[in-house]
Amino acid sequence: MDFKERSWVIISIILIIGFIFIVRLFFLQVTTDHWAQKSASITEKKITTYPARGLIYDRNGRLMVANKAVYDLMILPADVKNNESDSVEVSKLLDISTKEYQLALYKAREYSAYKPSTFVEQIPAEQFGYLVDQLYKYPEFIPVPRTLRSYPIPVAPHTIGYISEVSPNQIKQNPYYKSGDYIGASGIEKTYESDLKGERGVRYIVVDVHNKEIESYKKGAFDKAAVSGNDLILSIDALLQEYGEKLMQNKKGSIVAIEPKTGEVLALVSSPGYNPNKLVGRERSENYKKLAANDSLGPLFNRTLNAQYRPGSVFKIIEALIGLEEGVIKPETRIRCNRGIINCHGAHSNDDLKNAIIHSCNPYFRDVYRRLIQRGEYSSIYKDSEAGLKSWRKRVMNFGFGAPLGIDLEGEKSGQVPGVSLYDKWYGHGRWAFSTIYSNSIGEGELLVVPLQMANLAAIIANKGYYYIPHLVKSIGDQNAIRSEYTVKHESMIAPEHFDLVQDAMEAVVNQTGGTARRARSKDIIICGKTGTVENGDYPDHSVFIAFAPRENPKIAIAVYVEYAGFGGTWAAPIASLMIEKYLKGDISNQRKEQRILDFKNLYIKKTEE
Amino acid sequence: MNRPELLKNIDWIIIGLYVVLVIAGWINIYAANYQPNHPSIFDPTMEYGKQFRWIIGAGIIIFIILMLDSGFIINISIPAYIATLVLLIGVLIFGKEVNGAKSWFGFGSFGIQPSEFAKVGVAMALARYLSLPTTRFYDLNSKLIAYAIIIIPSVLIALQPDIGTVLVFSAFILTLYREGLSGNILLLGILAIILSVISLLFKPIMVTLPLVDLSIQGQYVLMFFILIFGIISYFGIKLFVFPRYRKNKYRLLLFGFIGSMLLTFSVDRVFEKGLDNHQKTRINILLGLEEDPLGAGYNVNQSKTAIGSGRITGKGFLKGQLTKYKYVPMQSTDFIFCTIGEEWGFIGSSTVIILFMILLIRIIIIAERQKQSYVRIFAYSVASILFLHFLINIGMAIGLAPVIGIPLPFFSYGGSSLWAFTILIFILIRLDADRVNFLR
Repeated sequence: MDFKERSWVIISIILIIGFIFIVRLFFLQVTTDHWAQKSASITEKKITTYPARGLIYDRNGRLMVANKAVYDLMILPADVKNNESDSVEVSKLLDISTKEYQLALYKAREYSAYKPSTFVEQIPAEQFGYLVDQLYKYPEFIPVPRTLRSYPIPVAPHTIGYISEVSPNQIKQNPYYKSGDYIGASGIEKTYESDLKGERGVRYIVVDVHNKEIESYKKGAFDKAAVSGNDLILSIDALLQEYGEKLMQNKKGSIVAIEPKTGEVLALVSSPGYNPNKLVGRERSENYKKLAANDSLGPLFNRTLNAQYRPGSVFKIIEALIGLEEGVIKPETRIRCNRGIINCHGAHSNDDLKNAIIHSCNPYFRDVYRRLIQRGEYSSIYKDSEAGLKSWRKRVMNFGFGAPLGIDLEGEKSGQVPGVSLYDKWYGHGRWAFSTIYSNSIGEGELLVVPLQMANLAAIIANKGYYYIPHLVKSIGDQNAIRSEYTVKHESMIAPEHFDLVQDAMEAVVNQTGGTARRARSKDIIICGKTGTVENGDYPDHSVFIAFAPRENPKIAIAVYVEYAGFGGTWAAPIASLMIEKYLKGDISNQRKEQRILDFKNLYIKKTEE
Repeated sequence: MNRPELLKNIDWIIIGLYVVLVIAGWINIYAANYQPNHPSIFDPTMEYGKQFRWIIGAGIIIFIILMLDSGFIINISIPAYIATLVLLIGVLIFGKEVNGAKSWFGFGSFGIQPSEFAKVGVAMALARYLSLPTTRFYDLNSKLIAYAIIIIPSVLIALQPDIGTVLVFSAFILTLYREGLSGNILLLGILAIILSVISLLFKPIMVTLPLVDLSIQGQYVLMFFILIFGIISYFGIKLFVFPRYRKNKYRLLLFGFIGSMLLTFSVDRVFEKGLDNHQKTRINILLGLEEDPLGAGYNVNQSKTAIGSGRITGKGFLKGQLTKYKYVPMQSTDFIFCTIGEEWGFIGSSTVIILFMILLIRIIIIAERQKQSYVRIFAYSVASILFLHFLINIGMAIGLAPVIGIPLPFFSYGGSSLWAFTILIFILIRLDADRVNFLR
């Protein structure tokens, strides 16, 4: 028997199978590009390259904020082959416990097994150097270079600010940001974020099965280079700033120094402060919490912009200028020092304006205020006061008080210049008059100012009548641009000749025998200033001093606040003069004066703050 | 017989196909393993250089075989078979353990795999036995001996264990079919496979019975359908078949019914208890019941991706990224077809399939022109073995068969398999060349 015809059955089976295979290949290779896409997705990877953040220099070109390299270590859980041995070896390399390792791995797996997520953040460059040679053994790990800030001159922490990871809300507001990016969180870093951040780049690469880079995709034809952020030049003088922080150590208070002709802020000191290097990298959250918890010292609190005080005697200068401008007084106007209606001190009884300023005569200025508030335009004192207060308030605000000046830092407080609505709320409409509110005349009452505003006042006086909004950045990037609002001149609406008298008085306060600010005297420089003592209820007074120098062609205007330190002339004045000398001459002449300030410790803590 | 006559009668078509496939395979191994710092295809430290040596060895084997006398070849069939049995037993004792199986004799980096040569041994012994004048295949005794020739080495191989190769031995069913094994057995086998697959597909489905608050596994529902089908068939036979033939049909129905019920029932048991986990997973993945893209399914996924991404013309020689960057596991052995698919596309991979089909059909044509039954039987064994390798290896690479490690003839890297296939083909060529001399 021969089964020859069965050969056909077998041949048919072969042909059918062959046909099925070819059809299957057709559907795999020809009709769909699903597999081609999948092939691309596993072999081609997109890598983000991060730009260098803009550097920050001081006004003399000294580098204040630099970048330093750190590395994030990402992990792709799907590539973990030897969990046991890897966890022991790698946790040793990373200097973490195996438990922490497993926890991080668990979190990464929760996020996704096939997408890389951050395993360890911000490994410093030196530590990474030891690690990187071993990394090839552990294909599940992918290093990503990042940059953090470093501070070659660790001063002006409040001004400069710090950076942190971007929050989901911020990403929602600006979709440029991706999770894991850094963003300025405070200070200049925040205000000028869009100039500093630069632009991300992208590289397309081809990887092998271990996710190791082989080559650039299409020779980098689609790659985009990262663009570095713009550098900033601050108006701050780093050495002056450093000196001011040194003088203010162990004291609470602030120093604000401005260049009068331009509004550039030369120094912005708030004490107690902190070392900006503490808010960098992995330790930032921990350190921030510690700093923030320190309620009694408040190192994160920026006193220059946020602390509101009563202006005290310094305010009399403004009164004098407004009075002269309104014509209610003249330089030769004498007013009796009647200590019955308001208290005063010093051996004077009937000063003219200049001496009233020098002697800080309270009754004099009470009367000036009365002349401003009660003009006699209305028969009712209430209506009269209302009108007078309105006009007075407008004049005071022209000096930059009662509203934020608009410095390029966030969080500036406005201070307070009391107006009609405030007193109406307190006393009721038509129920208050000059006699209710006269404390304002001597800088007490309901007036509140911020140290920045006081320094600005010193600048106005130095300029004899105008100011530029104080600002911290004098140049952005290559174009040397600054924001346009800082190029606008603001007038105080007081005629320049009235300032001559005030300047005379302020020169005398410092340089005349017995002047309250004699401690501010400097050998070769004519410093003009005014002391103030801010009352503080049951607590010690704050010591205040504003000044500018030299009188001819002034280069620096300054305001100093030392909290709970008593008379303005005792502490604030000498600090101001040391700062002035340092700025104008580069060095100081009186070592003992400096030493006395350095030795003074006054971290006064109110009972309620403990 | 003298040389010129030999040359005249050798089947040049097969030799041509052999040469093309071996060279294409060698070039493909080069592409699968290419390293820029080992650019020479003859480099002995790389697989492609080693494959060259195996090819040279094969050349020597071809020379020797063609020099042999046909009668000699036929006469040493049984001794050769015994020798391979000895090797199979030997490897269980002295073999190197690789991946949990003892399939290799290792001599340094040089190894031989006895199971490859066992295929030759069985083909020769089977052909020898069935061509004996005293054998009649439809005789029960003859059948049993024929089965034994095939089963004994299968068992030895299963002990290694190497299930893949055992599966290749099922190819001999086709040889037996040509020699008289009832086609019904073939049909039964195919139906059994289909029914098993359907049972496995039904297995994970839980069906809630109406009225009674009970859930049962899917395969019992399948058995229920078989029951219904059986009952309908019964009435079908009663109504439409002449009473004279009914008895036969009833018997067939009963047999089929009991068989299917048993099969459906036992497939579940065998699947759960008889297979270990990774085998179960592979089958589940094939049936689409499970996805394990990083575990057992990884190989097939990478394989399909490589092949599919070749599109029509492929990415070009040495330009396949998945091949170059080692995305496909075992890409020079079990998954060698992926390199063809990725670098040569639909055109290349279809061409390879067509070449194989031509080879197989040519072998069958040669088989049918033999007057000598030994050669015919041997030829069918050669074709069936090659066919099964082709079926499983390519089927696995394109996701139509479970992942079973079997080489693709001439393409997969490896000396033992290349030599075994060479021996099979050239014995056939040598014996076929003598067909004009044989008088029956």
